Amino acid sequence: MSTTERSKRQKQRKVLLMGRSGAGKSSMRSIIFSNYVAKDVRRLGATVDVEHSNIRFMGNLMLNLWDCGGQDSFVESYLSNQRSHVFSSVAVLIFVFDISSKVAASDMVSFADTIRALHEFSPNSKIFVLIHKMDLVPGEQKARALQQKAHDVRTTCEDEGFLGQQVEFWATSIWDQSLYKAWTQVIYFLVPNATVIENMLEKLAELLDARELILYERTTCLVVTHVTRGSEGRNPYTDRFERISSILKTHKHSMAKHTGTMASEVSFAEMQIKTGEFMFFITRLTENTNLAVVMPGDEAAFNAARVNVQLARQEFAHLDIMEKKGKEVQRQADTRGSAPGEDDVDTISSQARLS
Amino acid sequence: MRTLFSENILSPSPTPAPQSNPFELLFPSSISTASSADSTQSSPTQNEWLTQHLQNQQRTESETANQANYAANGQQAPNVRRKGNPKMLFMGLRRSGKSSIQKVVFEKLSPADTLFLEPTSRIGTVKMQSFITFESVELPHQLSATTPDFDHHAVFSHIGAVIWVLDVQDEYLTSISEMIQTAVFLAENYPRVNFEVFIHKTDGLSEEYKYETFREVRQRVQDELSDLGHGDRSVSYFQTSIFDHSIFEAMSKVVQRLLPQLPAMEALLNKLCSTCGIQKAYLFDTMSKIYVATDASPTFLKDYEVCSDYVDVIVDIKQIYGWHGQDGEGKAVSERRNQDDGDIGESMVTYDRSGDTYIYAREINDYLSLICVMGKGSTTNKRVLIDYNVGILHDALLQVFKV
Repeated sequence: MSTTERSKRQKQRKVLLMGRSGAGKSSMRSIIFSNYVAKDVRRLGATVDVEHSNIRFMGNLMLNLWDCGGQDSFVESYLSNQRSHVFSSVAVLIFVFDISSKVAASDMVSFADTIRALHEFSPNSKIFVLIHKMDLVPGEQKARALQQKAHDVRTTCEDEGFLGQQVEFWATSIWDQSLYKAWTQVIYFLVPNATVIENMLEKLAELLDARELILYERTTCLVVTHVTRGSEGRNPYTDRFERISSILKTHKHSMAKHTGTMASEVSFAEMQIKTGEFMFFITRLTENTNLAVVMPGDEAAFNAARVNVQLARQEFAHLDIMEKKGKEVQRQADTRGSAPGEDDVDTISSQARLS
Repeated sequence: MRTLFSENILSPSPTPAPQSNPFELLFPSSISTASSADSTQSSPTQNEWLTQHLQNQQRTESETANQANYAANGQQAPNVRRKGNPKMLFMGLRRSGKSSIQKVVFEKLSPADTLFLEPTSRIGTVKMQSFITFESVELPHQLSATTPDFDHHAVFSHIGAVIWVLDVQDEYLTSISEMIQTAVFLAENYPRVNFEVFIHKTDGLSEEYKYETFREVRQRVQDELSDLGHGDRSVSYFQTSIFDHSIFEAMSKVVQRLLPQLPAMEALLNKLCSTCGIQKAYLFDTMSKIYVATDASPTFLKDYEVCSDYVDVIVDIKQIYGWHGQDGEGKAVSERRNQDDGDIGESMVTYDRSGDTYIYAREINDYLSLICVMGKGSTTNKRVLIDYNVGILHDALLQVFKV
């Protein structure tokens, strides 16, 4: 990816969340960003006009989320007198379809109007189509309903001039981890330095001899990226990243309930799970991210890995403030990230084995 | 399936012909030496005499048992019902939630889905094979237990506890009068069966109303029972709902009363808590999330909630990354080696604010785990001590179950 494109992407972090009234836009926003649990969202009322929220993500990524109320009068105003205000410099449009909608045809018309306006003002933006409330569709009909909807949406997009790769489809439901899966994709698209992070994580994974590293954001528990090594690639649970998001989120809630604090304040310093087969720990990596490490079941390597992740923190700290210096810091971080790390592994693991 | 109980305790009693089995086990030793052929050929009159003898014996035993505590009772006079699996019988009016409780607790049905359960029309048994094999039976309401033509021996003779489910959101006065009939019937005929009352469907009621009804039901039942001369019979009451953890908590207490090992486990946990500064410790049956023992400090529902949620976290993550053991031969071997070392899974969560360990978990075996909410000051440098102490507890628990 060229630098110009990246810097453009960093400026454009405006995310539009649109769809028919009652489709579930605010519900999913509350669950992902405001620490609601699924059954709490029935308390939410209809969104009036646009609700803006700014979400700091990984230090340098500021999400500017526009939750656009979906009632007809509002939609009309977005498309007419607020048209340029709403649709200019959009990075991502998230359009939510309610699969159980009684007026599917008019939903599609409104979708077509929306992306026509989007094409007019920000033709390079990406569209994520979330086909929501999948839990309301009986199991055997799910695949067909989804296929049908995706086909309709795709033809609409092509009619309006959006290329196939600019549009992605995700079936979601707030009652399982599919919501996290879809939002992880959105975030992954938005994170400006994903490849840098991945490279660094890969190095770290090699040093730790870890089976898998998962980097996820602290407050939302959304997975930013992950590194899988060796046999772990054959793990039959391909949805494990979303599952972990969902598990951690639930855990946070139960903790908040127990300690009597706000769910947003709860964050653990460390979690360890050791079994004979594997060892697992989660610890803080940077200000906004936590790192989950999956190791083979070896106590000495596990302890060494814990110390090494602590030492790697300062290298990763650069990621959060990398904005201005760009490549330079990146290279520095790369070289420094490996050199001290290697030494540490050697000394520590030998110490551990001696004792 | 591997369990810590020795075979003769846990193995499901070989579905006995309900008439003959109690005799064999309750025979005075002199009679039991007689060959089994003799006893089967014995005349019906002799059988009748034996039945009476048995009932008298049971009654006298139960009177002494009322004063003594349950577990001690189980050890002093080993009775066929104390042995083996905790068996529970659910009773109650129709639509009071008996099947829902069973489904949610033992079959992990989502509480919201219980809405669609069909009414139960026959006696159904649910088994859960875990650390302890739980067995629960449901008696549909149409079958009235107290009518004389009902074969109550077949139903009640192997039951450890009867759970009466009372729908608090319904007209519960009829339920109370039937409950009292049943309680009296049980007190007269099967005095060893525990009687428990679940005041069910308390979700959605205001705190005040909940408490009021709870007290009212309790008062009413207690009064009626003492009027009928069974006031000494201990009946326990629980407020339950399948939509939160209260049903698990209540089931845990019911199960605990059926376990002869309870005092030993409690004593061990008490010691651990006082030495390690643990706020609250639970021994969980990992699969059902029923706790089989806890320490003596006051129990709060929220402690149980956080621990049971944490069990979920561990189980889920273990499921995701524990897949290696399923295919690789070498992995399975290494796992076995690890278990021989006593190095079984453990887990903990540390929190930011204080740096104290918050929750500490350790597997005792595949089905049983110790979950502790730690107190203040249990920092990481005390980990080693805690690990050591828990290791001792672990060995002790294994001995408790190795009869």
